[in-house]
Amino acid sequence: MGYPHRSHPKETPVLSKHFGDAQARTLEGWKQRGGYRALEQALGMAPADVVNIVKESGLRGRGGAGFPTGLKWSFMKIGDGKPHYLCVNADESEPGTFKDREIMRWTPHALIEGAAIAAHAIGAETVYIYIRGEFTEPITIVEAALKEAYAAGILGARAMGSSVKIDMYVHRGAGAYICGEETALMNSIEGRRGNPRIKPPFPAVAGVFGQPTTINNVETLCAVPHIITNGAAWYKALSLSSPKSTGSKLFSVCGTIARPGNYEVTLGFPFKDFLYDVCGGPLPGRRLKAVIPGGSSVPIQTMEEAEATLMDYEGFVAKGTMLGSGGVIVFDDSVCMVKMIARLARFYAHESCAQCTQCREGTAWTTRILERIERGGGTMQDLDVLLELSENMTGKTICVLSDSCAAPIVSGIAKFKHEFEAHIMGKKCPLGATAAA
Amino acid sequence: MSGHAAGATATGAHAPVFTGAIETELSGILGRYPTKMAALLPALWIVQRERGWVSPDSMVEVAERLELTPAYVKGVVTFYTMYHQHPVGRHFIQVCTTSPCGACGAERVVESLLKHTGCGELGATSPDGRFTVIEVECLGACGFATPIMVNEEFVESVTPEKVPQLLSKYR
Repeated sequence: MGYPHRSHPKETPVLSKHFGDAQARTLEGWKQRGGYRALEQALGMAPADVVNIVKESGLRGRGGAGFPTGLKWSFMKIGDGKPHYLCVNADESEPGTFKDREIMRWTPHALIEGAAIAAHAIGAETVYIYIRGEFTEPITIVEAALKEAYAAGILGARAMGSSVKIDMYVHRGAGAYICGEETALMNSIEGRRGNPRIKPPFPAVAGVFGQPTTINNVETLCAVPHIITNGAAWYKALSLSSPKSTGSKLFSVCGTIARPGNYEVTLGFPFKDFLYDVCGGPLPGRRLKAVIPGGSSVPIQTMEEAEATLMDYEGFVAKGTMLGSGGVIVFDDSVCMVKMIARLARFYAHESCAQCTQCREGTAWTTRILERIERGGGTMQDLDVLLELSENMTGKTICVLSDSCAAPIVSGIAKFKHEFEAHIMGKKCPLGATAAA
Repeated sequence: MSGHAAGATATGAHAPVFTGAIETELSGILGRYPTKMAALLPALWIVQRERGWVSPDSMVEVAERLELTPAYVKGVVTFYTMYHQHPVGRHFIQVCTTSPCGACGAERVVESLLKHTGCGELGATSPDGRFTVIEVECLGACGFATPIMVNEEFVESVTPEKVPQLLSKYR
């Protein structure tokens, strides 16, 4: 359902079916809508069987990397005598992405149910829901839902009357994009600065508190109850294209477009239809110019590329970009691409944890150069320097924050070089915009 | 502010935060984690809720409670943007200006806020002590441009025109 808009007939509302319905927020309302039946069913199954259904469904991580969820769960060795942990990544901070916020605001029990099923599948007795500090409303709503779930015996020493123990807590972040990176997130839970860790060891071996840990995105976990209830085959059939991309996916749409908001479609949906029909196309009198389809960390697409794209993991890669988090940022012909890319670089410079030189220096230098070009003080040589810096920022650091800064720069120069040249030759922004200082 | 290199040294005039019900609250939080250190972010949130900011003296108190050093606590406080290391206006306003909101006119919202609060510039507190306005990186509500946060309250779809009426809510 395209909250805040009415559902579009071409949507497939599975996760978003109850967006905008405040009754679904309460435990009673959630149960009336079929809630917690999947958890009850899963608690009656062996953990390995739960893992196998999710493996079979083809569900992939919805946070950005697209790693197969069932496979990730299978890395947790049940019965190893160690405490296992599940961390829920609700640190939604990727520019353009605001789907998990909506899930938590409207259907907090969907998250609790999905997380509890995952906890059972990986043998975790403790779940931390890491919610970014700015999400005050989702935090309040999820905490109220947790209280209800404990009071009803859904969580606690005997989850839903079973022999399985599941404790679940909210851990509030405090303002740091990097804590959405899974190892930084674990450090933040431990009470440390949010610096990403070197891998290996991978979280399933030594994660939070040094113990086996799985980290899953909010949206990923919310798909799990539906898979348990309706079966892996049902979920697999929710695909219009590649057998490697199954199920439905929430896409957050923002920028200069007629109807920004959240929309849920089956993977493989034509991107052209999505942008022009489901989202209403450009604002009156405008023409769409560029799209960043998967959150700000993926390469920019021209409209020609976007209009030929199928919306799934492989479809976006085939057209030079990635599905990422599903945060679709749309720019029309009134927007200066140099200014937008400069502002994104400044975002990454601000959010760099600064432990790797390539990132700390690279994000700052590229920001300064891009802002200089935007102001009209750039040279053609600056474009070469930007590309050289981007090369040195890609694949050379502990995490991918610096790669994420380079992606829009490299794709922006490749696809919108004429805008950069117009700034340099004309010694000013042709659209009259000036990059914020 | 003390002159200690870590900037988190007790001055002696500090009224403890963690007493009575708040001490009980912290005990409950400690029960959620296998280490005391893990309660650091929640403990700092409590300090900020109670005092409006995280003072060097509070950092020392938190360090003692969690068996950490004041320098360690300061290191964590300075990593995260949401902990105030100095007192701020009664209403702390954060405006998202990252690219998606920037494309939808966030800069004009900033201008309007600076003008109508009397803050004049980013990071400054208005002469009447009511407001502080800062830019913030992506608030995660890009489809509702421009979102702002006023203290703990999230306000969506702010436009320059809506600013005067919006501010009248916050005395």
